[in-house]
Amino acid sequence: MLESPYPLWSLLGILFFALNIAAGLIWLERRLLGLWQDRYGPNRVGPFGLLQVVADMVKIFTKEDWIPPFADKWVFIGAPAIVVATVLMGFVVVPVTSGIVIADLNIGLLFFLAMSSLGVYSVVLGGWASNNKYALLGGMRAAAQMLSYEVFMGLAVMGTVLMAGTFSLGGIVQAQARTIWYVIPQFLGFVLFVIAGIAETRRLPFDLPEAESELVAGFHSEYSGMKFGMFFVGEYIGLVLISSMITVLFLGGWLGPWLPALVWFLIKVFGCIAFFILLRASLPRPRFDQLMTWGWKIMLPLALANLLVTGAIVVAVR
Amino acid sequence: MPKIHIDGRSYDVAPGQNLLEACLGLGFHLPFFCWHPAMGSVGACRQCAIKHFKDEADAKANGGRLVMSCMTAAEEGIRISVDDPQVVAFRASIIEGMMLHHPHDCPVCDEGGHCHLQDMTVMTGHNYRRYRFSKRTFRNQYLGPLINHEMNRCIQCYRCVRYYREYAGGADFNAFGISDHVFFGRERDGVLENEFAGNLVEVCPTGVFTDATLKQHYTRKWDLRWTPSVCPHCALGCNTSPGERYGTVRAVFNRYNSAVNGYFLCDRGRFGYEYLSSPERVTLARQRRDGVRADLTPEAALAQLTQAAAGVAADPPGRWIGIGSPRASMESNFALRQLVGAERFFAGVEAHEWELDTRIAAILRQGAVHSPSLGEVERCDAALVLGEDLTQTAARMALSLRQAMRQQPLREICDPLKIPHWLDHAAREAIQGEHGPLFLATTAATKLDDIATHTWRAAPDDVARLGYAVAAALNLDQDTAGTVTAEWRAAAAEVADALLAAERPLIVTGVSSGNRGQIEAALAIAAALAVRGKHPAVSFVLPECNTLGLALLGARPLPEGMDMVRFGLAHGAIVVENDLFRRAPAEEAKAFLAQLDQHGGHLVVLDQIRHATADAAELLLPAAGVTEGSGTLISSEGRAQRFFTVAAPTPNRAESWSWLEAAQGHTPALDDMVAQLCALVPELEPLRQAAPPATLRLAGQKVARETHRFSGRTSIDAAIEVSEPKPPVDPDAPLSFTMEGYAAQPPAALIPYFWSPGWNSPQAQLPYQQRINAPLRGGDAGVRLLEQVAGSQFPCAGEPPPRFEPKAGRWLIIRLYHLFGSEVLSGLGRAVGSLAPDAYVALNPADAERAGLKEGDAVRVEPDGRRGYQVPLRLLPELPVGVAGVPAGFAALDGAGLPHWGTVTAEAPHA
Amino acid sequence: MFSILRTIWDVFLHAFAKRVTIQYPEQKAYLAARYRGRIILSRDPDGGERCVACYLCAAACPVDCIALQATEDPNGRRYPEWFRINFSRCIFCGLCEDACPTYAIQLTPDTEMSEYRRQDMVYEKENLLIDGVGKYPGYNFWRVAGVNIGGKDKGESEREAPPVDLHSLLP
Repeated sequence: MLESPYPLWSLLGILFFALNIAAGLIWLERRLLGLWQDRYGPNRVGPFGLLQVVADMVKIFTKEDWIPPFADKWVFIGAPAIVVATVLMGFVVVPVTSGIVIADLNIGLLFFLAMSSLGVYSVVLGGWASNNKYALLGGMRAAAQMLSYEVFMGLAVMGTVLMAGTFSLGGIVQAQARTIWYVIPQFLGFVLFVIAGIAETRRLPFDLPEAESELVAGFHSEYSGMKFGMFFVGEYIGLVLISSMITVLFLGGWLGPWLPALVWFLIKVFGCIAFFILLRASLPRPRFDQLMTWGWKIMLPLALANLLVTGAIVVAVR
Repeated sequence: MPKIHIDGRSYDVAPGQNLLEACLGLGFHLPFFCWHPAMGSVGACRQCAIKHFKDEADAKANGGRLVMSCMTAAEEGIRISVDDPQVVAFRASIIEGMMLHHPHDCPVCDEGGHCHLQDMTVMTGHNYRRYRFSKRTFRNQYLGPLINHEMNRCIQCYRCVRYYREYAGGADFNAFGISDHVFFGRERDGVLENEFAGNLVEVCPTGVFTDATLKQHYTRKWDLRWTPSVCPHCALGCNTSPGERYGTVRAVFNRYNSAVNGYFLCDRGRFGYEYLSSPERVTLARQRRDGVRADLTPEAALAQLTQAAAGVAADPPGRWIGIGSPRASMESNFALRQLVGAERFFAGVEAHEWELDTRIAAILRQGAVHSPSLGEVERCDAALVLGEDLTQTAARMALSLRQAMRQQPLREICDPLKIPHWLDHAAREAIQGEHGPLFLATTAATKLDDIATHTWRAAPDDVARLGYAVAAALNLDQDTAGTVTAEWRAAAAEVADALLAAERPLIVTGVSSGNRGQIEAALAIAAALAVRGKHPAVSFVLPECNTLGLALLGARPLPEGMDMVRFGLAHGAIVVENDLFRRAPAEEAKAFLAQLDQHGGHLVVLDQIRHATADAAELLLPAAGVTEGSGTLISSEGRAQRFFTVAAPTPNRAESWSWLEAAQGHTPALDDMVAQLCALVPELEPLRQAAPPATLRLAGQKVARETHRFSGRTSIDAAIEVSEPKPPVDPDAPLSFTMEGYAAQPPAALIPYFWSPGWNSPQAQLPYQQRINAPLRGGDAGVRLLEQVAGSQFPCAGEPPPRFEPKAGRWLIIRLYHLFGSEVLSGLGRAVGSLAPDAYVALNPADAERAGLKEGDAVRVEPDGRRGYQVPLRLLPELPVGVAGVPAGFAALDGAGLPHWGTVTAEAPHA
Repeated sequence: MFSILRTIWDVFLHAFAKRVTIQYPEQKAYLAARYRGRIILSRDPDGGERCVACYLCAAACPVDCIALQATEDPNGRRYPEWFRINFSRCIFCGLCEDACPTYAIQLTPDTEMSEYRRQDMVYEKENLLIDGVGKYPGYNFWRVAGVNIGGKDKGESEREAPPVDLHSLLP
């Protein structure tokens, strides 16, 4: 169990960084996509186009904030808040370093899974409240997709829990310090978790709830202005959260030689984020039925197998 | 019903058709040029070739021979092929031949876009000129302000000369030259004389003859916004399709109605639309207060009209009068009558004429006689015309009568020879110069004289006496037959015999002679024919587009209204679409206006055009013309027909009924007006069916006024405001102002224009017909209000008037009619106005010599008790002695109550 | 599975590839002569207006952004009295150019026509008509058309015989 010496400062720091990194990711993602698509990305506003983020924010805050007359008004307004809130709650249990953590709960991992599952309400309610066929289809897809992938996401990390013997995320990192980064013994779990993580954050190639080419913009078709912005920001914070979780669970958290712990953590997190963006740049979107088939018929059995084998080995070693 | 076999499939077709008609009626795309539905076949162009098989075996063996479908009767069991590769290739080669000399003109040709030659070229698949040698060229002729000539484009189908000479009876147009050099035109440049020359524009399959008025503001057919409309320029109610773009009407096309105008219009109807953009139009509301005129905004004008309407309601009864108009729609007259009350509603018609109008309305209303449609006129086989110069007063009827006069020779000469009537030149060769019995008793020469069996020129009273003499000759049981009118006994016997011998006799008379006796005589003849077992039709020719409607609505005569003002019983008048100076003697009209002014009274005028009454109005409101508003007109036949606006509504213009309704705080709605009208005047009930209500939706849509190719909708108004406004909505019609709407065939009263796939020219109307020359699918437009009632007693016909006696030094001044100029509205148009005659007075040369006058002398014509006018003298040999003629439409004498005795004197030299 | 990984790797390698972006406006892209940009009205080689106001461009326009009115000079030569293109609606599809029978309306490789006010995107004839033949030198519709205009009588067009003498009876 980690205890932060300055819990309030940790809280404010993490909140500040999470939100700002989310904003910065808008720029980073566009630059990286440009990089991998033989072009530049935003490069006109400020140095390296960095102020593009500011311009985008100014724009999104001043856009007409339109609530469709046919929408369910209060649910429509509430839905975007849920996604941001649940994702931010997820950060509560993330141990950035041994000293920077808000609350290293002994059931930290379960708390993360719970928050991640709650996020689905945002999408479903947003799609439902929009009272628009594309939004509803997007919302329905999101519900099915996130519930399915939630299942083996939880199972995939059970291997690490078995090996570390704790649900506390700080404990898991410390366990890795004693042995080895779990990405090696738990490689299958790592791969499954990464896949599930992408699906959970609804990022390409698993962005079926939005699927521009078939559903206009899916569950947020009717959203504009900062309400749309909330979904947008929620997605990027979610990306940071999942990357943090991968780092903590499989990549040894803040562990690493020479450099300060915080720097190691950030390097690993941004490495994950960059990888996610690379996936977006390179992979096409599967069909929805393929997605579900994969989830239930391949991923879930693999996750169960991983759990059984890991459990067997752990019992045998003891 | 003969069964024919086309490409192995069997079809039932109507009997008596040729194969081309049958194939077109069945929807086959068979190209043709020289055949015309109204003019039959001559087999000149060879374009409609098909394959004819001997029998089934021949068809199976793919034998057969080429025949022209237009020259072959659709007989029982005939086997043909339309798609046979050999005939397809043949038709392509024919059109290639026609295109050898056709110039490279389409982009600058006015026919482009509704060109039959273009359609046929596309239909046959010819697209590249292989012939490398030079094209022959012609010089064009000046054919007048109505028709443009571009002879290079001719394909020598002969339709024009057949139409002009054989169908319309013109003489000043012909085919000249031989071989490659056949030229269609006049002997020398000059205005085409025939009153129906404008139809050449639609008859010509290509751009040799085009509408010269359209050329002034040229627009392609596909770019026009069309509407179903009715011609307002005479009482026959021909159906028209006016086309509008950028806010002005660009052209008027014929709208097929088998019962009325068929395929043709007269030139007044086709070209008269130009008055809509005449400088004489009232475009802004105006007030005149203390002699100062000021333009009003539409809101201010409506406020003032509302004030006047409130005055009408508040005043003690009789303080305001309303004066209706025979050229205003039923709704406009009715709205005025509702506002002022039936007791204070007066007919804006010259008193003498009004007497005749109401008499005719009473006769028709009683159902005493059968009033024929123009379609029926075309099928009658003997006719007597009493006192009407039909070509000038009811032009389209003259064209129908010209065709009717072929009925008897067709029956008696062609039928025994088994020549089908559609085999036009064979039939004409057989008939030669024969005509059916047509008797014209008129005051002056007419353009139908060339086909008349007998013509008589006589003073109006004498014409009436001839009519009575015919009736007497038909009345076997009267011993006194013809004793009173003995001078006409021989003529009467001839007419009576011919009418008795006919299957469908027709008597035509009207109000243009201003003679009650002629109307009564026509009635007496009809009564006598009925007694003799005939079913005569009587056509009453009326002067204006809604004269019969106003008479059926009922109104008090104009002089009574003027008297109310004179005696101080009324101090305000609302005049709807009327000029009192044309309806009452000038001095009386002037006195009426002066008295109104004197009593501090009010004069409100709603009209389309400016005139003396409008200039005197305290409040003048711009009324919509027929193409700018909606309403119902009742033609002289008794057919109620609805017209709809083609122009988008603007605040500065509304139908008179719309102004009057808005002034009373109602929301103007045509269907409400019609419902109220039908509720109050039950015998007008069928008028409701004149057109579907505004709520009608076909497959959930309105009918589109614009063609689906209409261009420029995002650019037309972009110079004013780049954001496109919502398209205007017409609350009075199930028609949209845009290209969005029902694409299939709507009910006939709602067809804005004819177009069908592959057919852009006027021939596009053929697929709209039940079969060729039959009514439109779903029935023709309009509804007949006044049908003959079986067993109805003929109204008493009165006594013949006394013989006309010339008086020394005095003349009976009558009106002579001119197609161009005698009607007020069309006369304001640029082209039609330029063809209208200047004022004149016509005398018999003998009379003139006696009075010591020469052609061209300035003379003073002065009806007794009326103001005189100085006009040049014309000598007219056909005019009876003792009669002087002045042109109708000559504003100064229109209200004088002609015929009227008066003097024609040499203008005294200035002292 | 392997192909997915290879795809990811291949895309990653693009990080080191040459950029294809052209840094407009410092750098200008090459636009071919037949590029579909701003629309102009051209003149024939004799300097006369090519447009004969046939309305075909307006009819062909899928967004209906062309409107014009035909008129004629005293010699019978037809031309547009006014000609308006609403470029705020134009989609630069080039169908007007395809439809034009006289090569009058042409699309040019000029795309720099942004405005702050949409109203300024409405071009009238004086904004459209240029003093040149554009892409198609040499062609003059009136030299082949059968109508006579000032300076060209009947029978004087290309491949035309002299006008027929109506008073001759020779075939």
